[in-house]
Amino acid sequence: MSPVNENPVNEFPDAAGRFGPFGGRYVPETLTAALDQLTAQYEAALGDTAFQDELNQLLRDFVGRPSPLYFARRLSEKCGGAKIYLKREDLNHTGAHKINNTLGQALLTRRMGKRRVIAETGAGQHGVATATACANFGLECIVYMGEEDIRRQAPNVFSMKLLGAEVRPVSTGARTLRDAINEAMREWMSSVETTHYILGSVVGPSPFPRIVRDFQSVIGRETIEQCRDQIGRLPDLLVACVGGGSNAAGMFHPFVEHAEVAMVGVEAGGRSAAPGEHAAPLSYGRPGVLHGSFSYVMQDDDGQTSDVHSISAGLDYPGVGPEHSYWKSTGRVEYTSCDDARAMQAFDTLARTEGIIPALESSHALAQAMDLAAQRSEEDVIVVCLSGRGDKDAAEVGRLREEAN
Amino acid sequence: MSAIDQLFTQLRSSGRKAFMPFVTAGDPDLEFTARVLRQLVDSGASICEVGIPYSDPIADGPVIQASYTRALDRGVAVRDIFKTLSKTTPTLAAPVVTMVSYAIVYRYGLAAYVEEAQEAGVAGAIVPDLPVEEAGELAEICRAADFSLIQLVTPTTPRERAVRIAESSSGFLYYVSVTGITGERTELPSDLVDNVAWLRGRTDLPICIGFGISRPEHARLLAPVADGLIVGSAIVRRIAEVAEKSPDDVLREVGEMTVEMVAAMNE
Repeated sequence: MSPVNENPVNEFPDAAGRFGPFGGRYVPETLTAALDQLTAQYEAALGDTAFQDELNQLLRDFVGRPSPLYFARRLSEKCGGAKIYLKREDLNHTGAHKINNTLGQALLTRRMGKRRVIAETGAGQHGVATATACANFGLECIVYMGEEDIRRQAPNVFSMKLLGAEVRPVSTGARTLRDAINEAMREWMSSVETTHYILGSVVGPSPFPRIVRDFQSVIGRETIEQCRDQIGRLPDLLVACVGGGSNAAGMFHPFVEHAEVAMVGVEAGGRSAAPGEHAAPLSYGRPGVLHGSFSYVMQDDDGQTSDVHSISAGLDYPGVGPEHSYWKSTGRVEYTSCDDARAMQAFDTLARTEGIIPALESSHALAQAMDLAAQRSEEDVIVVCLSGRGDKDAAEVGRLREEAN
Repeated sequence: MSAIDQLFTQLRSSGRKAFMPFVTAGDPDLEFTARVLRQLVDSGASICEVGIPYSDPIADGPVIQASYTRALDRGVAVRDIFKTLSKTTPTLAAPVVTMVSYAIVYRYGLAAYVEEAQEAGVAGAIVPDLPVEEAGELAEICRAADFSLIQLVTPTTPRERAVRIAESSSGFLYYVSVTGITGERTELPSDLVDNVAWLRGRTDLPICIGFGISRPEHARLLAPVADGLIVGSAIVRRIAEVAEKSPDDVLREVGEMTVEMVAAMNE
């Protein structure tokens, strides 16, 4: 199996990095040369079997791929409808899907002759995965993280430091993922000639949305093979959570051509549908520009980015990847949202019925899948991308429970 | 011929250089912005750059970021900025351009932004997150309206690309002095003068250098190869002191700095 998608010419993105009208490259001129270099090196890597072999080997021996496709029997029985399968990205080394992308981009970093890496992180999963890849490749690593996220995802901060990364707290704005991306981009403006920015989601300027999607597409490709092996056909429905949207893009992209498979992306519904109370741009936002790309975004009438909220640090972001905006516009993927409370319930339910503690991010997808399973027949198969494990969230969930009591 | 074209034709024929200060609209309020623009022009500024506050400015350092945050916290909106400018620009003996994120221009509507800016007496726009590949639609609207769309060249821009950017820019070319974000620097890159001089030989468009510039010695070094110099953070930092000082003192200091820079550039 090829580790990266061999993008046929008739497929998106186009040469300008556009998925239909979405995407593009809205960044300062200073970054253009580095983005052009990244595009060229990535194109070359696609045709380089040594690059692909090395990535494949790392995914197998270092990450532990393929990740299992697990039939959640007790969860399915509890919902009383369709069979729910979990794509166990939580079992990857570092506990989430993020490592699929960071290893690929670390290989690209080395290929570009750069020795230093910067990254942003929200939940800390991408930060840990970047720090891990950098330790493995001997690269210097600096991770920008909002102070609010440092507080609510403390275990991951400790891991990043253990792995030799420097964690730089970001104190601007709401001190969450959006602010961390701003700071990482500002740093990159100064260090671009020596440093690669390992962006963690399918967002940002071209070519990042495509590169991250391609490295994450191993999720969907494995799922296709595993479904054929285990159930003898493709699933009826895929469900994945969407913040920036990297696990969802990785799961969905290989299925786009299989029209019989329905797909649902689940955004963070937060506390309510009121402005500022959620982080669901595909559900409540409109197309605009943020962080270098044209896509759905939460903005006011002047184009100023709005504050957002999610219980989950990894989904607490006002933008979304441009390919998701495209899939929304064509109707290929249906997008909906799940609020904080339902995600917390799903978090508990999976822990108690299956013995798996899911990440709060993935719990949004689980909650939606459980509802959809109840409406479907036992013949149907739903695959949920269980994008990460929930150890990082245990303390914060405990704190929120105490606060509520 | 736009107001900016006329300005540079005039300056070149008299052998003088343009001093172009940057201020953030609405910092600390729009009334002060109008006063500071008058002070700057009275002190010798040839053209003024007005920053439209943006929530996520990735090309800006801490000083300008903080000024944007102050203005946005007070709820300054683009329409209010245009309203203030429409009253102020007729009293200024210098053109005004806006520095504005494409996120704002897109949301406002490309044609509406250009039309309303022009009605407010604005002569052009610098859109720092709109590289030449993405600028086609806006460039066309600007061209039709004789509204300058000022593009940027940076130290990381390959030379042949710099020439292409110069060809599609109007008004002047914004040469970014450093690889990085806005903010005062003690030293500027050693190859800056050579790089600007190289580009100077390949375009007739006026070239103005910005980012990092704050001192008279910068002005003396760069003025010979440039048509103008842009100073942002050093001005915005002084305006931020209005929180502790009287507005009149701040205006006087900003004026003194302008006089000093204009003199150094035209020695």
